Amino acid sequence: MNAVALVLTVFVACAVEAVEALTIVLAAGLTREWRSTFQGMAAALVVLAVVVAAVGPALTLFPLGVLRLVVGALLAVFGLQWLRKAILRASGYKDLHDEAGIYQREVAAAQAAAAGGRHGVRDWYAFTLSFKGVLLEGLEVVFIAITFGDNQRNLGLAALGAVAAVLVVAAVGVAARSPLARVPENTMKFAVGVMLTSFGTFWGAEGAGVSWPGNDASLLGVIPLIALACAGYTLLLRRARAAAPLPIAVPVGSEEATR
Amino acid sequence: MSRWLRSFGAFWYDFIIGDDWRGAAMVAAGLALTALLVHVAHVNAWWLLPVCVLAALGWSLRRATAGKS
Repeated sequence: MNAVALVLTVFVACAVEAVEALTIVLAAGLTREWRSTFQGMAAALVVLAVVVAAVGPALTLFPLGVLRLVVGALLAVFGLQWLRKAILRASGYKDLHDEAGIYQREVAAAQAAAAGGRHGVRDWYAFTLSFKGVLLEGLEVVFIAITFGDNQRNLGLAALGAVAAVLVVAAVGVAARSPLARVPENTMKFAVGVMLTSFGTFWGAEGAGVSWPGNDASLLGVIPLIALACAGYTLLLRRARAAAPLPIAVPVGSEEATR
Repeated sequence: MSRWLRSFGAFWYDFIIGDDWRGAAMVAAGLALTALLVHVAHVNAWWLLPVCVLAALGWSLRRATAGKS
């Protein structure tokens, strides 16, 4: 895997998560109070930095074979989750991730919540909303950056892709002052799911002792194979969905639709 | 303490495994079988895991959409 592919994969994956975190931060900041929102965001970033500092270097202590087996399995399973959701959304079995709708619901909840501070934070609701949003989405960013970076023994480059994605999304969000509803999130999620699953399969099998024909070049076969199969699954489900008599997509606002 | 441990475990289960544990189980079984074939039967089974992964995805999608079309 070359440096450009590593940075690009991590960048796109992290951009998707950053868009989701931005929606929550904007809802907290614009509705409640910016200072507490930034405090929550900063606290989450500190926790994430501690996780990276602790887990990142620790992973490099494992032999590469064991690391690839475990990380490959985790990435493949994680990638399958992304692909499952992206295909169900693309085929109409699940509603598309609606950043504008999620933003409206977060705003309504923030407006209804009681005011009040704790532990030196002026608005505890804004703090916790922002902290949880950034921490949960950030954990996915950290997971992807660490697994890709450690497998390639190039954590710095993976971190560069992740930080660049967060900065770009934050800059666009600040400029727009609204959730990034026009980002083709499902398409990005589909592409990232293909990459996570492909690399997970490649590294997992390598960790299990397999020698891929053509070594790293076999990824040029694995990635299109998984992409084509997923496109095929989407097409099949779209046809089945078109033949369905009633709309069955999960309503926007339900827990299932927003995950 | 046990409640905290339960919710900590539930968070990581949801984070890694998600909605369908069967997909994760198939990937794990595929990896175990690959390792067996390579180290015991001396077969370079590079083709097995991609097949298992795509089968796991297909099965998971089928379960998610069953009875809805």
